[in-house]
Amino acid sequence: MSVEDYETVIGLEVHAELSTKTKIFCKCPTKFGASPNTQVCPICMAMPGTLPVLNEKVVEYAVKAGITTNCEIERDSKNDRKNYFYPDLPKAYQISQYDKPLCKHGYIEITVDDEKKKIGITRIHIEEDAGKLNHDDFGQGSLVDLNRAGVPLIEIVSEPDMRSSAEVDAYLKKLKAILEYIEVSDCKMQEGSFRADVNVSVRKKGDTEFGTRTEMKNMNSFRSIVRAIEYERARQVEVLENGGKIEQETLRWDDVSGRTFSMRDKEDAQDYRYFPDPDLVAIKLSEEYIQNIKNGLPELPESRKQRYLDDYKLTQKEADGLTSSKYLSNLFEEATKISNNPKAVCNWIMSDISRILNEREMEPSDIKFSGKDLAELIDLIEKGTISSSIAKKVLEKMFDDTKKPKEIIEENGWIQISDEGAIKEVVLKILEANPQSVSDYKAGKDRALGFLVGQAMKETKGKANPQMLNQMFKDELNK
Amino acid sequence: MEVKKEELLHIANLARLKLQDDEIEKYLLNLQDILNFANIVNKAPIEGLKETVRERDSYNVFRKDQVEEFNNIDGMIKNFPDEQDNMIRVPKVVQ
Amino acid sequence: MDITELTVHELQDKLKNKELTITEITKAYVDRINEKEKDVEAFITLTTDEAMKKADIIEKKINNREIDGDLAGIPIGIKDNMCTQGVKTTCASKMLENFVAPYNATVVEKINNENMISLGKTNMDEFAMGSSTETSYFKKTKNPWDLNRVPGGSSGGSAAAVAANMVPWALGSDTGGSIRQPAGCCGVVGLKPTYGLVSRFGLVAYASSLDQIGTFTKDVQDTAILLNVIAGHDENDSTSADIERKDYTKCLKNDVKGLKIAVPKEFFGEGINLEVKANLEKAIEKYKELGAIVEEVSLDIANYALAAYYIIACAEASSNLGRFDGIRYGYRSPKFNNLRDIYINSRSEGFGDEVKRRIILGTYVLSSGYYDAFYKKGQQVRTLVKNKFDEVFENYDIILTPTAPTTAFKIGEKSDNPLEMYLSDICTVSVNIAGLPGLSIPCGVDSNGMPVGMQLIGKRFDEGTILNAGYTYEQATKFRENYKPQFKN
Repeated sequence: MSVEDYETVIGLEVHAELSTKTKIFCKCPTKFGASPNTQVCPICMAMPGTLPVLNEKVVEYAVKAGITTNCEIERDSKNDRKNYFYPDLPKAYQISQYDKPLCKHGYIEITVDDEKKKIGITRIHIEEDAGKLNHDDFGQGSLVDLNRAGVPLIEIVSEPDMRSSAEVDAYLKKLKAILEYIEVSDCKMQEGSFRADVNVSVRKKGDTEFGTRTEMKNMNSFRSIVRAIEYERARQVEVLENGGKIEQETLRWDDVSGRTFSMRDKEDAQDYRYFPDPDLVAIKLSEEYIQNIKNGLPELPESRKQRYLDDYKLTQKEADGLTSSKYLSNLFEEATKISNNPKAVCNWIMSDISRILNEREMEPSDIKFSGKDLAELIDLIEKGTISSSIAKKVLEKMFDDTKKPKEIIEENGWIQISDEGAIKEVVLKILEANPQSVSDYKAGKDRALGFLVGQAMKETKGKANPQMLNQMFKDELNK
Repeated sequence: MEVKKEELLHIANLARLKLQDDEIEKYLLNLQDILNFANIVNKAPIEGLKETVRERDSYNVFRKDQVEEFNNIDGMIKNFPDEQDNMIRVPKVVQ
Repeated sequence: MDITELTVHELQDKLKNKELTITEITKAYVDRINEKEKDVEAFITLTTDEAMKKADIIEKKINNREIDGDLAGIPIGIKDNMCTQGVKTTCASKMLENFVAPYNATVVEKINNENMISLGKTNMDEFAMGSSTETSYFKKTKNPWDLNRVPGGSSGGSAAAVAANMVPWALGSDTGGSIRQPAGCCGVVGLKPTYGLVSRFGLVAYASSLDQIGTFTKDVQDTAILLNVIAGHDENDSTSADIERKDYTKCLKNDVKGLKIAVPKEFFGEGINLEVKANLEKAIEKYKELGAIVEEVSLDIANYALAAYYIIACAEASSNLGRFDGIRYGYRSPKFNNLRDIYINSRSEGFGDEVKRRIILGTYVLSSGYYDAFYKKGQQVRTLVKNKFDEVFENYDIILTPTAPTTAFKIGEKSDNPLEMYLSDICTVSVNIAGLPGLSIPCGVDSNGMPVGMQLIGKRFDEGTILNAGYTYEQATKFRENYKPQFKN
């Protein structure tokens, strides 16, 4: 048998940090990047005698996430303690939800290779994040920073419904987009505010039973997730083909070596001893509460996408791409309010802006300029103030600081030369300097024209209006 | 039900406690005694009764999402058994 | 006049009449502590020097009319499981021997806001686990009536300090009887309020769903005064009740005519010492004389409640005490090579025997395979106990029982048999399980001269009724005038 005879089965547990101002059970701020142990208090440090009080926004945000992923909202919910010892877990228990999560039985629809598929969501529950372990300079010890301890999370558990890394990629992107749209999480993967535990198993095609799964924890880049799934699937098939057995275990994906490693402390059989947290009271949600949240929801990606298809005549691919991120989609909407060229706006976002984000490993949310700025840039091209090649340079600079396109152009002296006299001067100079090309052109070699235009652009540092340049060369040569 | 020694050691390990050899015998006896007594909950007339977490059935106690910074972080850091750069130092955690 | 013999309301009168000053009162208590502490050993940490300074400051402020308040300058003792910023909070454990809390418990804030003066942190069973104050890592508190006997527990230090006149009153905590039982043993008044009436914020948790802070006083009037201070909603405690505030002193009417008292026969049966029973029967006669309607009822829950109590309390404790792990504060064993060693050695060396026993029991009942058989059943028994109490309260105003099956036992007498020790709580735990208020007041002494406690159980948030019943009995019997601790050796 070969790899093709196997089917991969993937389920995900996504942890998204909620973008509340304060932690889930205390009044500490949740800002990312503060110096160690400066956003802590006796409650999140688990000082003796302290008690949790639930942040109302956490419930609201989780319910929003539940509604927008087609979940049933649990009217009668509670918090439970999950007990285990770890230095990043100050109370030695995590307050989570066990048998009554706030949301359950939902789904997300994804499209892969033009095929639609529903990925089931088992549950969404609220819980607290753990602290962070830093390594000391000598490699001898670990240093515990509890700033992140108690930051609210939702855990979104999917059904094992995905069959390929492409489906996983589509599911994660869709989920991330939804959470960004409803503004419950900023989903910054590098900051760990959107991360996934990936469960992978394989089975022979046609089998109805699932194979034994392995779990890769805390993955926080789409690329690594895709690579890890591919690796793990191949590894499991190989083990089975060689007559081996898959062990149910937790693995660590190493991005550098491109392989997984076993990480569980084998002597420690876990038994979390879940029980209802006696320090917290029940959560009961009324119809009215849920309806109010429903009424307050912003427009979701699906509906935006349809609008883009209908109103702007974008292609399916373009509409998908724009709506994959709330920030990109917002940029598009803002820019098209001003620019009357939605196609151009879309092109800029999908090609150059996306390329720069990729190159610089930035998230759309990191973009500093507004849709208005982008519309201005496009307008400058259309008016002939700058060429599109200059515009690309301007865009690069727009990523660097908060200067407006016009300022950037002026500072760099990039205004396009469209003055007929000035252009004629350059054309004549270039013709004179390149007699060979002139005779080549006259002998019917059209390519020579391109060379001459290129020379003129070089001469003007790219600022000459290319259309005018082209025309004027033709006029002079055909004289 | 009878508590076995291995079970006691497993439980102690879950609770991160180490029992000395002389303690094991004693704890086994104590635990057995107490569990035998506690087992009367299994004879109580509780069929169909709900579980009560605490006597008062209150619900929906929430806090507003408003920041209030704690003003005595130093008082907490002073309690760290081993402090370095404002953090708690522990032996290397293998991840 | 011996200042330390006075109740707080008597001290208040004398302060008002300028017969006494705050510094005189504080000094009298400090002297009394200096005299008696070596025999009684009621305190873990004394703050008498700070108290004298604070007395001076408060007196000046009052004279300058910067502050006023009926309780300014009144001394108090605080059980050492309530967090006090800047003063050690040890829970009588090696684990927290050097722990200084970075914040104040809500009740401590309330005490401070009244400008009361803490004389120190009182001894207790380690992490409030015990009924004799013998499991304290630091010392064994003695019963002021007989120094060979225990003061009860777990709040034995607070009870003994009040009985020995080392403080006029004190705070304690009660999870299964830890205020009422030592109050009974030491012949003082002890109140465990309704669960949720007093904030638990800053009380080092033993069993979160059962713990409640309450009072030790010399008489019921003082109980009402102190309850007025500590009761009230706290937004830092999700389980704190948001109910209207009451003035409990207004509930003391010295009249029980027509009050319906239930006496559950099961609380007077097997295991109850005959002298205890005889004293309780006298008290029942007294209530009848005073015009109350006393009737025998059946309330067959004590054993179920005790079993459920040990399951639930230990389960919660096993989780609550996880944070004592040697990482962020408290004892860290010097013997370690890796993280696992820190956990295991710090906890094994830092906790005493009884604490470890309860953590193990609690871990056991929550572990997979036993949750349904024990923990879940325990929670159902809780419903049963609550329902049974509700049934009685449909027809009666209060329930009267002994506080404990025996009077104070000898030091060391029960420390080898945990289960026998647990039975000391048989009369009190069901009240915690049902979250009700319970008051223990002295109702006589046995042939050894040891006080007998009577427990009055009320409806939820109906502290007023049991306080009035206790007050009326107290006014009619004058226990304090007839019996005094002898510090018998």
